[in-house]
Amino acid sequence: MSTEYEPVIGLEIHVQLKTRTKMFCGCELSFGEEPNTRTCPVCLGLPGTLPVTNAQAVQYGIMMGLALGCEIAPRSIFHRKNYFYPDLSKGYQISQYDIPLCLGGQLGDVKIHRIHLEEDAAKLVHVGSSGRIHGSEASVVDYNRGGTPLAEIVTEPDIYSADQARDWLTLLRETLRQLGVSDVNMEEGSLRCDANVSIRPKGSKALGTKTELKNMNSFRFVAQGINAEIARQTALLESGEPVTQETLHFDPVSGRISSLRSKEEAHDYRYFPEPDLVPIVPTPEMMAAAEAAIPELPAEREARYESDFGLPKDTAHLFAYEPTWGTYFERVAVEGDRDAKAAGIWVTELRTRLGADADPHKSAVVPAQLAALAALAAAKKVTAAAARTVLDKMVETGDHPAEIAEAEGLTAMEDSGELSQIVAKVISENQDVVERIRGGNAKAMGALVGPIMRETKGRADGGEVNRLLREQLGV
Amino acid sequence: MIELTAKQAADAIRSGELDAAEYFEFYRQRAAKDPYNSYVWVADETPAEIDTSKPFAGVPIAIKDLFCTEGIPSQAGSKILEDYRPPYSATSVKKLTTEAGSTLLGKTNQDEFAMGSSTENSAYGPTLNPWDTTRVPGGSSGGSAAVVAGATAPWSIGTDTGGSIRQPAALTGIVGLKPTYGAISRYGMIAFASSLDQAGTFTRDVTDTAMLLSAMVGADPCDQTSLGLPEPVRLPTADSLKGIRLGVPEELSGEGIEEGVLKAFNETLELAKQLGATVETTHLPHAPHGLAAYYLIAPAECSSNLARYDGVRFGFRKQADTLLDMYNQTREAGFGAEVKRRIMLGTYALSSGYYDAYYGRAQKVRTLIAQDFKNAFGDFDFIVTPTAPGVAFELNSKTSDPLAMYLNDFCTVPMSLAGIPAISIPNGLSEGLPVGFQIAGPAFSENRILDAALALEKAIGFDGSKAYA
Repeated sequence: MSTEYEPVIGLEIHVQLKTRTKMFCGCELSFGEEPNTRTCPVCLGLPGTLPVTNAQAVQYGIMMGLALGCEIAPRSIFHRKNYFYPDLSKGYQISQYDIPLCLGGQLGDVKIHRIHLEEDAAKLVHVGSSGRIHGSEASVVDYNRGGTPLAEIVTEPDIYSADQARDWLTLLRETLRQLGVSDVNMEEGSLRCDANVSIRPKGSKALGTKTELKNMNSFRFVAQGINAEIARQTALLESGEPVTQETLHFDPVSGRISSLRSKEEAHDYRYFPEPDLVPIVPTPEMMAAAEAAIPELPAEREARYESDFGLPKDTAHLFAYEPTWGTYFERVAVEGDRDAKAAGIWVTELRTRLGADADPHKSAVVPAQLAALAALAAAKKVTAAAARTVLDKMVETGDHPAEIAEAEGLTAMEDSGELSQIVAKVISENQDVVERIRGGNAKAMGALVGPIMRETKGRADGGEVNRLLREQLGV
Repeated sequence: MIELTAKQAADAIRSGELDAAEYFEFYRQRAAKDPYNSYVWVADETPAEIDTSKPFAGVPIAIKDLFCTEGIPSQAGSKILEDYRPPYSATSVKKLTTEAGSTLLGKTNQDEFAMGSSTENSAYGPTLNPWDTTRVPGGSSGGSAAVVAGATAPWSIGTDTGGSIRQPAALTGIVGLKPTYGAISRYGMIAFASSLDQAGTFTRDVTDTAMLLSAMVGADPCDQTSLGLPEPVRLPTADSLKGIRLGVPEELSGEGIEEGVLKAFNETLELAKQLGATVETTHLPHAPHGLAAYYLIAPAECSSNLARYDGVRFGFRKQADTLLDMYNQTREAGFGAEVKRRIMLGTYALSSGYYDAYYGRAQKVRTLIAQDFKNAFGDFDFIVTPTAPGVAFELNSKTSDPLAMYLNDFCTVPMSLAGIPAISIPNGLSEGLPVGFQIAGPAFSENRILDAALALEKAIGFDGSKAYA
């Protein structure tokens, strides 16, 4: 009998903060400048230099902590993490160790363990054909990235599937984006994710031996990597072999997992308190400033759209994750006497036309006019089909929907006499279809609706057409 | 000209009695012909124009090699920084030159990365004591002490981590001050042990100390641990010690101190009483553990601070086939024996599994020592001790015995661990060699220490001119 296993996953996310300058010096952050042009004696680790903590990075850290429900430490300190590598100019990384800036917290369905501040390493460039370290002619260092502020978010082992990990990361990324603390771009490395994965027999409380999957650079690869690692660990346990604690690399091309280093090869980082820096002691003013800088975040916004506006969950989710559209939606809903559901439908229609990345506030369609269109449709002054045509024109011209409907002859037919005549005309022109209907094929009636709609240019109400057809055919 | 103290020269230059360029050139010539290997670099010309509106205009300043000076070798006594010319100057250097108007005369020899008590651990050869060239000048700031004692500079600056200003000042018969930790910016000082390193002064007399200190203090936005001083440094005026309570810690004034040093110490205590002070024995119960704690904390910090000397970005590099070989060979060839010894000690003390027993425990001892001083300053204005346990020792006499060398810091290390200010003034001779008297006060008590030191200096009447006359 085979045991069923349950995965347990914890995530470590490195977030590059969007401050103006680096974590411990005055160099501006680099965005693809010539190598080693955004450097100074401090971030190059020249003899005699000293770090100075970036106040904006501290504020961003506090904002992240507050947004994620963490406790902000009344006093936190920096440590030195010592190891030799050319991407580390001082021979140590300044990071936080046992007294981090933020502790505890929760985002969505996942508990947060801690958030701490640190500095990024520089970038090694391997010169040669492959671009990888093996077989390269030389390695050169670009210190532009060295010293970029990072916040590391560590979750509790509180995630139980690759899909949950991906969904949660999406929520985290959107939350951080809306906080304005980071560009959160995985391809460019401003968001980087490691996953700690273990499995255990279903129902067991004890955690299994974990492995760490390093630096996966898209949410898709995170999910793929976690699934591959769950499969690898399951196969090991099923064949009676233990999982060993190690650091792993997932290759998304081959789908293979390889070992970077085992527990025995792990560095002894010789952490000790950084004597060049004073503790971070947030003042009430710093806390208030951070609090004031936090906008409404996706989770709250989604809940509010559902409860206050009555939007269906998927629409609420969409507008919460695309706050520009969310804000636009709110303006349309207010203009439209709070018929929020209809506003939601028509804003979604507009989003389809403009594209998700467009800013509707900059389009020709002002919220009041979109609300007017929604009202015309709700009052059946234009049919749904005609309203979509009207919206196409609004996007082009910015004209009022009522004017467009009028000018294009798209106003719904109010005079049922006119419609009645068209129905009669179509019936008389399609006697073969009438035969089939009278012969008991009710579905054939659809074949008459099309020509009627064409005759009326979509101005006829579908229900009214059906009613008149039945009346005149006597079915 | 050689008779003038720095203050007298500065006053004379500003009043027009003394020509700034002439004065600078006088010392430049002397420095260029320095017979004690005190300098590792000397200015090759006297500036064409000197702005005499600034307080230190024309007064040359000699600076310990480990202070970064833009475009000028700053090698910290190490081969690994051979001919390293920094792209920037230390804050304290800028304050003395750009702001106060003095001109850099030369960079002075030192123990490699300030690790040593004799200036024998320099990649650029040992510095000799101007009182007796068979003897060491103390260290690590031995060069800065020797230039003042030998009058190849009117004054100089150095750094003190566990006694590196006070001990060489004592061994060369001059005044050396280690201010409160944080009084002077550390930015641009090549680090040895960050939580202990502090810049300070070497001068012929206490008045010059006050004047030089006044130009160096101040909080620096580039050094988060710098605080400056709560009040400006005043020129001292006292000539009595009326009402001053001196505490003599039994732990630092008995066992292990040479007889001649103790004799001079007791004579100075008598003088202090005559000047109106009360003198009582007191206790700093944890001070004897200071040396042990210091030799864990300082090496631990240095093992990390010196990691940047890896051959990648600057300084000396030994080319090799692999990264690890490059690191190993660069550091093997670039560092001297004492530096390697302390890096190994510190690496061990910070290792996982040993941290609590060594570094953690040493920090607790440090806290206890600071508390001892706090308690003592409840009863006394100052704690006084001999600065060094002996007079200047012969070259090579202690180089093969690190522990004997470390004992030189016995009386100075506790103040460094507590971060408090302490001055050493010359208080006589023993075996024809100078002896130092240490006055330590609470944090930020520099003005009061300078007053007490001035009163004693006048009463002692030490004549240092024998060393250069």
